[in-house]
Amino acid sequence: MSTRLAKGGRLIDRSAATEFTFNGKRLRGFAGDTLASALLANDQMMVGRSFKYHRPRGIVAAGPEEPNALVNLGSGARLEPNQRATVTELFDGLEATSQNHWPSLEFDVGVLNNYAARVLPAGFYYKTFIHPRPFWKHVFEPIIRHSAGLGKAPKERDADRYEQVYAFCDLLVVGGGIAGLHAALVAARSGARVIIVEQNAHWGGRAPVDGDVIDGKPADQWVNDAVQTLAALDNVTMRVRTVGAGVYDHGYVLADERVADHTPGDGRPKHRLWRIRAGKILTATGAIERPLSFAGNDIPGVMLAASVRDYVVNHAVSPGDRTVVVTNNDDAYRTAIALKEAGLEVPCIIDARSSVTGELPARARALGIRIAEGRGVAKVKGGKRVTGVSLCLQAGEGAVLEDIACDAVAMSGGWSPVVHLWSHCGGKLVWDTDYAHFRPDATRPPLNHDGTAMVIVAGAANGALRADAALADADAQGHVAVSALGRKAKKAAAPVAATVTESAMEAVWIMPQGAPIPLKAKMWLDYQNDVKVSDVQLAAREGYESVEHTKRYTTLGMATDQGKLSNVNGLAVLANALNEDIPQVGTTTFRPPYTPVTLGALAGEARGEIFQPLRRTPMHGWHQANGAYFEPVGLWRRPYCFPRGGESHDQAVAREVLNTRANVGLLDASTLGKLIVKGPDAGRFLDMMYTGVLSTLPVGKCRYGLMCNENGFLSDDGVVARINEDTWLCHTTSGGADRIHAHMEDWLQCEWWDWQVYVANVTEQYAQVAVVGPNARKLLEKLGGMDVSKETLPFMQWADGTLAGFPVRVYRISFSGELSYEIAVPASHGAAFWAACHAAGAELGAMPYGTEALHIMRAEKGFIMIGDETDGTVIPQDLGLSWAVSKKKADFLGKRGQERSYLANPERWKLVGLETLDGSVIPDGAYAVAPGSNANGQRNTEGRVTSTYYSPTLKRGIAMGLIHRGPDRMGETVEFTRIGGDTVKARIVDPVFFDKDGEKQNV
Amino acid sequence: MSEAISALGGASYQGFAAIREIGPLGMISLRAKPDVPGLGAAIKAVTGTAVPDRRRILTKGDAAAGWMSPDEYLLILPYAGVGAALASLSDALKGQHHLAVDVSDARAVFRIEGDTAYQVLMKLAPVDLATLPEGELRRSRTAQVAAAFWKDNKGYTVVCFRSVAEYVMGLLTHSAMEGSQID
Repeated sequence: MSTRLAKGGRLIDRSAATEFTFNGKRLRGFAGDTLASALLANDQMMVGRSFKYHRPRGIVAAGPEEPNALVNLGSGARLEPNQRATVTELFDGLEATSQNHWPSLEFDVGVLNNYAARVLPAGFYYKTFIHPRPFWKHVFEPIIRHSAGLGKAPKERDADRYEQVYAFCDLLVVGGGIAGLHAALVAARSGARVIIVEQNAHWGGRAPVDGDVIDGKPADQWVNDAVQTLAALDNVTMRVRTVGAGVYDHGYVLADERVADHTPGDGRPKHRLWRIRAGKILTATGAIERPLSFAGNDIPGVMLAASVRDYVVNHAVSPGDRTVVVTNNDDAYRTAIALKEAGLEVPCIIDARSSVTGELPARARALGIRIAEGRGVAKVKGGKRVTGVSLCLQAGEGAVLEDIACDAVAMSGGWSPVVHLWSHCGGKLVWDTDYAHFRPDATRPPLNHDGTAMVIVAGAANGALRADAALADADAQGHVAVSALGRKAKKAAAPVAATVTESAMEAVWIMPQGAPIPLKAKMWLDYQNDVKVSDVQLAAREGYESVEHTKRYTTLGMATDQGKLSNVNGLAVLANALNEDIPQVGTTTFRPPYTPVTLGALAGEARGEIFQPLRRTPMHGWHQANGAYFEPVGLWRRPYCFPRGGESHDQAVAREVLNTRANVGLLDASTLGKLIVKGPDAGRFLDMMYTGVLSTLPVGKCRYGLMCNENGFLSDDGVVARINEDTWLCHTTSGGADRIHAHMEDWLQCEWWDWQVYVANVTEQYAQVAVVGPNARKLLEKLGGMDVSKETLPFMQWADGTLAGFPVRVYRISFSGELSYEIAVPASHGAAFWAACHAAGAELGAMPYGTEALHIMRAEKGFIMIGDETDGTVIPQDLGLSWAVSKKKADFLGKRGQERSYLANPERWKLVGLETLDGSVIPDGAYAVAPGSNANGQRNTEGRVTSTYYSPTLKRGIAMGLIHRGPDRMGETVEFTRIGGDTVKARIVDPVFFDKDGEKQNV
Repeated sequence: MSEAISALGGASYQGFAAIREIGPLGMISLRAKPDVPGLGAAIKAVTGTAVPDRRRILTKGDAAAGWMSPDEYLLILPYAGVGAALASLSDALKGQHHLAVDVSDARAVFRIEGDTAYQVLMKLAPVDLATLPEGELRRSRTAQVAAAFWKDNKGYTVVCFRSVAEYVMGLLTHSAMEGSQID
């Protein structure tokens, strides 16, 4: 059994006991434990089941590469699935549950898949579920999806908050082991701004565990000194618990800081996402140990050798009394020695190499450990836990030579540099035959905007695995970084790590090398996705020669660990099966993030009230206080209606329409776009922007204008007012203000740069109130201060003045057919002016109205609405607006487009009014059907509805629509589709339904 | 006439830095090419400052002039003085192609103050605040909306559009919450 040792543990604090639960069971650990080390200390080796076969899975690693120990962490609003126990710091009250089992971890029904493994080979889903075709969508996919996914998705709203931060530096160092720390020191001493991030809670990486000696000091002490030196420098920023997740173009790096994962609920943000722009990036991300492929290498108790060492040295956790070490290299001997020095048994070191010499094996022998040379593991014995191993010849086919009883197996197949960040932006790799791994090819780095290397790699990540080589490389690469930044490194002696001579490793991809199929079917490559040596070989036999195809066919490396342990082993097996060299087969593509980044960190502050910017008018507070029901208009929120008492929205809208037509209505029109266009060439410019003529508009008057794009399609509309000789004010639609402003600037800056015109967007400078209805003038007269009579201020004119002491500009314009004034006041007075209008209007029957009443009243008058009657394919002539398109002007935007044969064709769908014969309301978006069907078997159509409402004024459904040759067919009946499949008949009529002569607005 | 009310009526928040909505401030958007005759005198008459160089903001008392683009300046002055300032600009630049409009009410203005005020802004704006000198007017963004800001010896002044004042206050509040200092 795994247990806590009586002594040792460099990271744990035995005086700080910590309680936590695993599957509801109360367990104890110490501060400084990871969840994994605490589970092991409580003999909880088995922590989950695999994805496909539901095989028992135990802790394999001690770092982010862990494929098995994934847990649901926390509960309720703090539930997080797929959390790696190996990087989860233990805290008091931590709750974890295991994943992918039913009904329990100990007894699992899905394990039946395991016994059916022979009929669940690679590509099983592709082969089996392809026929009959409809079954995929309706039967197979739902079932597979139901059983897919390891953890449970949280259902509650996240209780925590997140934030992001922008940071800038000359050099970003990713990785705070000895190589990263030293490279950071070299750069910092040159005066460069340095940020160094480390994914763990501790600096120093592996060196202290491996017992390295640097400059005569134990690694721990050297690391402390280096950290203190860096911390004292103003130009250095240091972050622990911060993983460099992704490298992007132009030196952009995302790093995810786990601020409060280990202190939930303490009021700090849970994660902080660092968005770093770095001059250069130096990755000192270390290396990851590889498993060996022998039968039963997935049984709980089989662990990576260096991880076993981590648990013993860092956390004083023993994986078992008797641990067999299996290796093809010298480094794993450190584990045997560490176990022995901790008072534990190492019955045997099984070394695939035929002859083992060197410093570390000598020390192991001196400790009395047996070394079995040229041997391999035929198979691991045990089910939910290792009980022993069978030895065989590595060169043979797996005939068992002897059995050794043990509680754990520590395996090492060599080390793979963590090249992910180097590769994210296209850094290439080279195969190192000495160490049997891919390492960065310094001659083919990812490039920056200027063609120089964006990423520099140092230490084990660069293939310099031993401490002495890693520090020497870090010094060299630190200098490379400094000169790449155009700086000079301070002269300083590089630290020197004591050399421990290691003899060459030997690549071992299958153990034993001649293993028959039954053994290969028990050799796991990808623990999380259940991919075995036999699966990859099958894929090769079936013609999957590309590593990318094999990956997708077998799902190798596609689990949440993204193949950190399995990729190199898998592609080596594939290469052997294809009879190719490993570099020929190559790797799959490394993509960000290096380890999973929680969505909360990516969303940052953007949730709840600040999920997205809401634009509010100065009267927004009044609307809220008066029960407005809002609708989004771009990023604005505008009142749709103001329900009173128990009114439905429909009832409220009807009341608002009728009251406005009978008394007076007040509309918050502040969102309307307002652009000032000024200059000697402003008139000429507006004549180009609009289809009509605005240069001739007299000062003091207003004119309705249409804007088209270059292709002739209608883009925006609004009333333009001439302010003075060289100044116009252009109203745009609420959603169009920014777009039209940009459109004008585009033409002024890029095409007519020599025209003297300036444009200013003053939309937000003014609150605008529409006072609409028969009592509108009375209301303004009550406010008092200026003459708003028919004579002084006739329709389509404007005037400056004061109303109730407010500085105002009053436009006599109407979008409802009523007597109507739109009054602009400075936004800082908007709320007060709105309140004054309501006070003055109380005895005149004034009520606010919303956007829906606005829409209905304009539809009753046959006024078009951009976005309803237009959709980017409609020209003004389609809408009966030829009167607003100048025939005299030599040019305007859209003129030539509208002359194209297709747009000038009389057969186009054109705007008409529509009245249903039965008075009902045509459904929104309905099509007018025509006889017959088209080449695709679809019903022919001859038009569509663009606006459709119940008119409270006319007490019936009214609509506008685009109908084939519509204006030529007045009085004809057309049929519109209805939800449910039947149709409704409507008569083609004039689009002006109400007050055709405009008598109401001209009073 | 009623009193001019800023977008949030002077809302404030005390976190690890102090957030305050200020204003309304008088603001004039002045469009003119830098070589327009009389520009220097026109700006000096309104703000008491010279024409600001590229990316600079010049401050004198409660007035300031900032460079917004190669042909745009932001003039800041007391709210009540805008009308007179516009008249003065119009006179001084008579006959010269220019545009001067009142944008006082179109903006919301915030102050961030405290030793770690920079941390509030570094969570929202993709700007290297450590190298932002005093007297530079930086046009950037805070999270999802446009913002401009500059630094003085007490903190930062942030200008955004009035309609998103509540959103920006939400951003600043979230970023200044106790517990989220970057130690």
